[in-house]
Amino acid sequence: MAIVKTERHPDMPPPTSEAGVIGWIKNNLVSSPLNVVLTVISIYVVWIAASNLISYAFINANFAGDSRADCTGTGACWVFIKVRFGQIMYGFYPVDERWRVDVGYILGAIGIFGILSDWVKNKKWPALYMFAVYPIICFFLFSGGYFGLTVVDTSEWGGLFLTLVLASVSIFVALPLGIVLALGRRSEMPVVRMLCVGFIELIRGVPLITVLFMSSVMLPLFLPEGMNFDKLVRALVGMSLFSAAYMAEVVRGGLQAIPKGQMEAANSLGLGFWQAVGLIVLPQALKISIPSIVNTFIGLFKDTTLVLIIGLLDLLSIVKAGTTDKEWLGMATEGYVFVAATFWVFCFSMSRYSIWLENKLHTGHKR
Amino acid sequence: MTTDVQGLGAGDSKLRDPRVRAIIYQILVIVLFVAFVAYVGNNTADNLDKRGIATGLGFLQQPSGFGIGIVLLMDYSSQTSTHFDVLLIGIINTLAVSIAGIFFATLIGFTFGVLRLSKNWVVSRIAYVYIEVVRNIPLLVQLLFWYFAVWGTLPLWKESFQIGDNFYVNNRGINFPSIIPTDGFWLIPVGLLAAIALSVVVSKWARKRQDLTGQPFPVFWASVGMIVILPLIAAIIMGLPFNIDYPTVARFGLRGGWVLEPEFLALLTGLCVYTGAFIAEIVRSGINSVSHGQTEAAHSLGIAPGLTTRLVVLPQALRVIVPPLTSQYLNLLKNSSLATAIGYADITAIFAGTTLNQTGQAIEVIAITMLFYLSISLIISMFMNWYNKRISLVER
Repeated sequence: MAIVKTERHPDMPPPTSEAGVIGWIKNNLVSSPLNVVLTVISIYVVWIAASNLISYAFINANFAGDSRADCTGTGACWVFIKVRFGQIMYGFYPVDERWRVDVGYILGAIGIFGILSDWVKNKKWPALYMFAVYPIICFFLFSGGYFGLTVVDTSEWGGLFLTLVLASVSIFVALPLGIVLALGRRSEMPVVRMLCVGFIELIRGVPLITVLFMSSVMLPLFLPEGMNFDKLVRALVGMSLFSAAYMAEVVRGGLQAIPKGQMEAANSLGLGFWQAVGLIVLPQALKISIPSIVNTFIGLFKDTTLVLIIGLLDLLSIVKAGTTDKEWLGMATEGYVFVAATFWVFCFSMSRYSIWLENKLHTGHKR
Repeated sequence: MTTDVQGLGAGDSKLRDPRVRAIIYQILVIVLFVAFVAYVGNNTADNLDKRGIATGLGFLQQPSGFGIGIVLLMDYSSQTSTHFDVLLIGIINTLAVSIAGIFFATLIGFTFGVLRLSKNWVVSRIAYVYIEVVRNIPLLVQLLFWYFAVWGTLPLWKESFQIGDNFYVNNRGINFPSIIPTDGFWLIPVGLLAAIALSVVVSKWARKRQDLTGQPFPVFWASVGMIVILPLIAAIIMGLPFNIDYPTVARFGLRGGWVLEPEFLALLTGLCVYTGAFIAEIVRSGINSVSHGQTEAAHSLGIAPGLTTRLVVLPQALRVIVPPLTSQYLNLLKNSSLATAIGYADITAIFAGTTLNQTGQAIEVIAITMLFYLSISLIISMFMNWYNKRISLVER
């Protein structure tokens, strides 16, 4: 019969109401009367927020100039940040010596690139550099006193530099300490287990401020007479102990995800406890807990601002001190917005990295 | 380490027994720990001796001698009150801001968690931006921002914003009418308690009846009705036993009524907005964890969308939500200690701050403060564990 077609009819494009821009709008913005109302209201809210923000931060803002008199606009006066930029970045680190901090940044960036990049296949050397060589270089570079470098007292450290020092030293101490605590918590020896549980739960149950108070007020009491640390080291002790307790819980999560058979298999091959842990269990456990470790580090990075309360001049407190300067009163909003934006850039990129890493490592152990 | 099998049964065999070794290790750990504690204790005793600080809790009875900005539920004067009163005020203030914070943070968190899942793209993006902006900025920065850049830049009291006739918003806080109880006020809280007790009884009865006959009973509206009506009846019986004190404009500021101080408001807004963002993420992932098949199955059984959410999705989502929610509540409690930075008189600010500086009793003060946080943390987690057990899956 003639009505039967022998060749295939060409594919029709999807109906315009379901595809492309129109379909997307129909399905996502105006699918029901309630949705129409919601869309209108939220677009209005976004418009108000965005237009105010842009006019505050850019259109009506002042960028040029170098004194309070140049703050003529109705919006933000970024001159305040510009004038104090050196201080915000380096604190009271002597201007002629600031290159040392920059060199430290560059050396650190090289190490981080070596560890994270896919181009470097053998991670042994970058890891060795980052965890053994780099801290020593930084110590001598930043505090000085050797190799013809002038001594820069830690009381002169400040700004973003101090924030980064606090965060990196704390994580550097907290990671190994956390691993030890986590192993201790899962130990079969009751004494070891109880001590570790006690420490972890004590620290996790109290706010960081009390730990910082403890390290800054009580540490001098605990040490024999004549032996005393400076403020920075005391803060570092508090922050490291605090983050070690949180790190321990993260690592414990990783350890729990490794089947017991791994340890038993290692033992049956004749590996001792430390060999089995170091070569078989920990590499797997740490691999799956890397995203959580990054998240803990983000929390730690944000928590470094608390040293404001014990009087260290980190990024936040140096800006806060700036806003109380008589010449620059009324710059609180600009100052805190700048600090918030700086922290946001660091934390948001780290959290994106952690999500990316989670997807990349999403290979084993999930059934 | 060698795997020397021939060593077994030889003279050192006892040392190769894991149980023996475990005991030796533990004894070693105990000895080291005791030595460490003794060393630290010894140093501390020496140092305290040299500084002439007497240990013990006697300092709690000494007069405090400093003023406190915010005092709730208690009388306080810098002359007669002791450091013990300071401790109590600190505890009350911490609890006040934490409880209010937990309430509002939960509200914000659940709202934005649901908005984040909205099918409306703009709404979901707004929630996403809120969550990602707030979570990645340190709480302390946000607190200072709220305190100095938001509440601090409000107009002076003379030019306060007025909402209606009796609400004033200015840089000294929010003033609003207060209720001053007179004789016979006691019946109103009694009425409220009776209403709550009755609601519990009614809900039990309603569940039993529904199990037997299948007939539902509007428990929620009945409870709301009782909670509103019973105290109202109590108030009418006693002839409205309270006066309302309206804030009025006086010469040096607003007088009368209640005031919410900017320190409290900044801390509360900061804590709620920050913790709310974390709770929103928890709620989102909790709801996402309920498989879509559950919703489809409920729809195919003819259950309405609203009921599906309430009876099918939420109960399952809550199981995933509650444990991380608990730790967010604990975080909020601990973060309330940041009050120190903006001058809200919580336990850390006035007790671990001012009292410590005045008396120098570092060890006792820090120990009491830590003990307080630990015990509240314990209470919150015990309550949440009980709740978690109640809603968790009952498996055969």
